[in-house]
Amino acid sequence: MSQLGDLYQELILDHSKRPRNFGRLAGANRMAEGFNRMCGDKVTIYVELEGDIVKDVRFEGSGCAISTASASLLTGAVKGKTRAEAETLFENFHNLVTGAPTPGIDFGKLGVFAGVSEYPARVKCASLAWHTLHSALTAEATEPEPVSTE
Amino acid sequence: MAIASSEIGTADIETAAYDVERVREDFPLLRQTIDGQPLAYLDNAATTQKPQPVIDALMRFYTEDCSNIHRSVHRLGERATEQYEAARGKVRKFLNAASEREIVFVRGTTEAINLVAQSFRSLLAAGDEVLITGLEHHSNIVPWQLACEATGAKLKVAPLNERGEVDLDAYRRLLNPRTRITAFAHISNALGTVNPIAEMIRAAHAQGVPVLVDGAQAAPHLALDVRALDCEFYAISGHKMYGPTGIGALYGKQEWLERLPPWQGGGDMIRSVTFEKTTYNELPYKFEAGTPNIAGTIGLGAACDYLQALGRDRIARYEHTLLAYGTELLAAVPGLRMVGTAAEKAGVLSFTMNGVHPHDVGTVLDSLGVAVRAGHHCAQPVMDRFEIPATTRASLGLYNTRAELDRLAAGLRRVEEMFR
Repeated sequence: MSQLGDLYQELILDHSKRPRNFGRLAGANRMAEGFNRMCGDKVTIYVELEGDIVKDVRFEGSGCAISTASASLLTGAVKGKTRAEAETLFENFHNLVTGAPTPGIDFGKLGVFAGVSEYPARVKCASLAWHTLHSALTAEATEPEPVSTE
Repeated sequence: MAIASSEIGTADIETAAYDVERVREDFPLLRQTIDGQPLAYLDNAATTQKPQPVIDALMRFYTEDCSNIHRSVHRLGERATEQYEAARGKVRKFLNAASEREIVFVRGTTEAINLVAQSFRSLLAAGDEVLITGLEHHSNIVPWQLACEATGAKLKVAPLNERGEVDLDAYRRLLNPRTRITAFAHISNALGTVNPIAEMIRAAHAQGVPVLVDGAQAAPHLALDVRALDCEFYAISGHKMYGPTGIGALYGKQEWLERLPPWQGGGDMIRSVTFEKTTYNELPYKFEAGTPNIAGTIGLGAACDYLQALGRDRIARYEHTLLAYGTELLAAVPGLRMVGTAAEKAGVLSFTMNGVHPHDVGTVLDSLGVAVRAGHHCAQPVMDRFEIPATTRASLGLYNTRAELDRLAAGLRRVEEMFR
């Protein structure tokens, strides 16, 4: 049972029940849709890029507690970052949830996802929003194709 | 190796008491624990666990009798061929088909449907129709879509009512002189609905339409009689009925199997080959190209024997009481909504929890040793019909107990508290 508590930490439950930055972003100039075929999770990430800076980011969609909380915490983590910084964060986050965290990284709030590495089936849930962000950041300022974590 | 009915005469099997604890002893996998708790395996609609006689049959083939079939003159070849064909006899009996020529071994129900759908292209033309229902598994949708795309035929779908039953009036209305074939599940994997297939087959035949029944979910739960049903095709999967993965069977009425062209070419399906002309082998070998899954086939035969010995009506009765018990238990869980409330159901408890994604439900239950499926169950149109992305599904097998359902219900109460 303690393992289950590692996965569903308070902060994750909180963000899954009350996601932050949820809903469309009026000034978005980048957008991508993500879809997890295994469980039907869907997420849309809206980004307002100003030069190379993520000026604002919001999301909408439906999914499990892990994917919703991940998207919610993502928005807080990448706001104000450069594209390169956001991509590095994605890489570090992916290493964290797959059980190979880069030493010496301070994950801040994102550290609550460390428990996901004990649940291989849930790695895709945690990383869906990040894959989708990557797709949004690398997309042309036109309508992009949905990405999949398959 | 004792099975529950081994000391009882065949005639008495169906009336003998069902000793589930005794039955469980036949399934070695069920003896394990998950995080220190006994495994409650409630994912039987995905695949079933294997009884010792099935495992023994696989082991015996590879340790004693392994050989190719239908071509080797040596002793091993004779033994392997004999056992492979004996399995065909067991499947014939399991389905009550008239002849072993009507039993084609395939990888599973998916391949069986693909075989028919692909061979059937020769009988489809633009403007023709193929009729399925709203509760089909993807494997009974996509092969027909491919056949329709290739031929210009149209796929028609009979809708479901709010209980997850096929709307029979709509089904009848959709049958018409343009309908070339109709295909539907005997039991829905996502909802547990038992279709009134005898009635649907009669309605199709009244219009001269041949019928394929997807029996993947029915084979482990019900006694089957394809002659009484009078369907043209019936497809089953070994792994859903306590047999090995990678093996299944297609029953086809002889006249129909003769009429359809082969779908795969290769060894074993031919009588003679020259570069100018190949003549095909007789039934059922016309549809069995290449070296088949010999061990799996023998294992499937052992699974048929196991279910027959346990008594298939007896299994159905036991599972029915278990389903009723589980339905009542789950109805009392706060925030739970049952998806699929057909009057006739078998084996499946599919549900949503208010505000909690099925994936989270599945993870919490897993931590309690309770194995269920969370997702769309390869039936996305069914999920769309109920306007949900996914459900949690507990599906029952002949070895499940009331105590396991109690643990399921307790786990769901914990889910409700955790995510409230």
